[in-house]
Amino acid sequence: MTITGRIKPPMGHDNGWWWQRAAEGVLAIQRCAKCGTLRHPPRPMCSECRTLEWDHVAASGRGTVASYTVLYHPRFPGYEYPLIIVLVDLDEGVRITAELKDCAPEDVRFGMTVTAFIHEDPDGFRLPMFRPAATGGQ
Amino acid sequence: MPISMKNQAAVAGIGATAITRNSGVSELALACEAISKCLDDAGVAPGDVDGLVTYTLETNDEVEVARAVGLGELTMFAKINYGGGAAVGLVQQAAMAITSGAATNVVIWRAMNGRSGQRMGQGVSGNIISSDLIHWSWYMAYGMVTPASWVSMIANKYMNLYGVTAEHLAEVAIAQRNFALNNPNALNYGKPLTLEEYMNSKRITESLRIHDCCLETDCGVALLVTSTERARDLRHKPAVIRGVTQASTRGQEQMTSFYRDELDCLPEMEFAARRVYAMSGLGPDDIDAACLYDAFTPEVIMQLESFGFCKRGEAKDFVAAGNLRLGGRLPNNTHGGLLSESYAHGLNNVAEGVRLIRGTSCNQPDKVEHVLVSSGVGVPTGAVIFGKD
Repeated sequence: MTITGRIKPPMGHDNGWWWQRAAEGVLAIQRCAKCGTLRHPPRPMCSECRTLEWDHVAASGRGTVASYTVLYHPRFPGYEYPLIIVLVDLDEGVRITAELKDCAPEDVRFGMTVTAFIHEDPDGFRLPMFRPAATGGQ
Repeated sequence: MPISMKNQAAVAGIGATAITRNSGVSELALACEAISKCLDDAGVAPGDVDGLVTYTLETNDEVEVARAVGLGELTMFAKINYGGGAAVGLVQQAAMAITSGAATNVVIWRAMNGRSGQRMGQGVSGNIISSDLIHWSWYMAYGMVTPASWVSMIANKYMNLYGVTAEHLAEVAIAQRNFALNNPNALNYGKPLTLEEYMNSKRITESLRIHDCCLETDCGVALLVTSTERARDLRHKPAVIRGVTQASTRGQEQMTSFYRDELDCLPEMEFAARRVYAMSGLGPDDIDAACLYDAFTPEVIMQLESFGFCKRGEAKDFVAAGNLRLGGRLPNNTHGGLLSESYAHGLNNVAEGVRLIRGTSCNQPDKVEHVLVSSGVGVPTGAVIFGKD
């Protein structure tokens, strides 16, 4: 079997739903059903109140870059290099790791505002990514 | 009443195989050779070993090692998780076993064909849906699958905030390479590194070049831990365990502790520092040399602050002043470390800590009473302080 696209995330009970929502076009944030605390990455229990029940909210997609890196080597099939990975502090108060598109490596800045979008690979796999916020925009 | 492990146990033997890129033998053969040399170094018979501790990443099971080396009846065996984060954890397990009476002579080891076999620098993959794999799943889809990519996320933040430059990282790499030039066992023996070569070397990530990354090697390392009292009757002066701890803090993840407020420091390493200083009754001023875990150069700089050798943001100046070299304030990884000797998930750094106490390092500083050794960075970790008897 040859790998044609990016590495697909292994999916289990605790994360499969999040990727399903992404495929449907939603950047989801898990929310405790009891105390309402938002959390990411998803986990089965709320570490604030130890509740196993949860639902989720759709993120606004707005956030700022808390940190970033640019990957040059090694290069894996299915990705475009240099590959920019950002840690984004979403306006909702959780942090998420994802790729930054439509930005040159030398233009990435700590604290820059970004907006989320759903990227679709040639093989149809969909996942959330970010791009710089429009000039003068949110 | 709580039992203190302070001064109860000591390292009495060290052994290692040759360090190569292609050993041509099995990982079991490497383990056997390292353990056998370690027992000979200590002067302990295989039949007297009753405890074994290794890494969860080790492929050699305890009973295979025991059968091959001819060990005796075992009363304690354990494996510690988190790659290089386990290194000092092995020492802690052994010390706990000895202090509590669970075992009397404990061998700790790591043997790996880390270059010709499974290369750690290649990152993660897999098919079994465990919580660990789900953890990695958040990064795999984005192509963030290598240790360098994870470490770079924190290092880049820290460097940007405090003005750490490539020249600072280069000083860490070159200081350790210079040590390796005096260590015939080191993979980088005979290969000097200049600043120019460093600056022109392959870019791996934002802020990391190839010389900022540790080696991948085939090798085995083993140490014998026993009671300080028994160690006094063996062949070498004991390296007494003054303080030892594992450390993991709230919000800890394996390599990707990206979701806590602090992105410019190492909370688990600061916790390890508090614990190991409290247990030993020592402080940074008492430490004469160190083996700070050095899978990547920025980790060394950040740990200087975690362990209180510098204030936050000032480690770059400490490094630039040559303090990690011989004659500096804190000669660090005097064997060459993971960057220039070999990568044995940090157990080779623990072995060098013992040599520094014995006075047998290839780059022995004049006065060494206490040596600090740390486990992996960015993972659940630990620290140990060795002292003279």
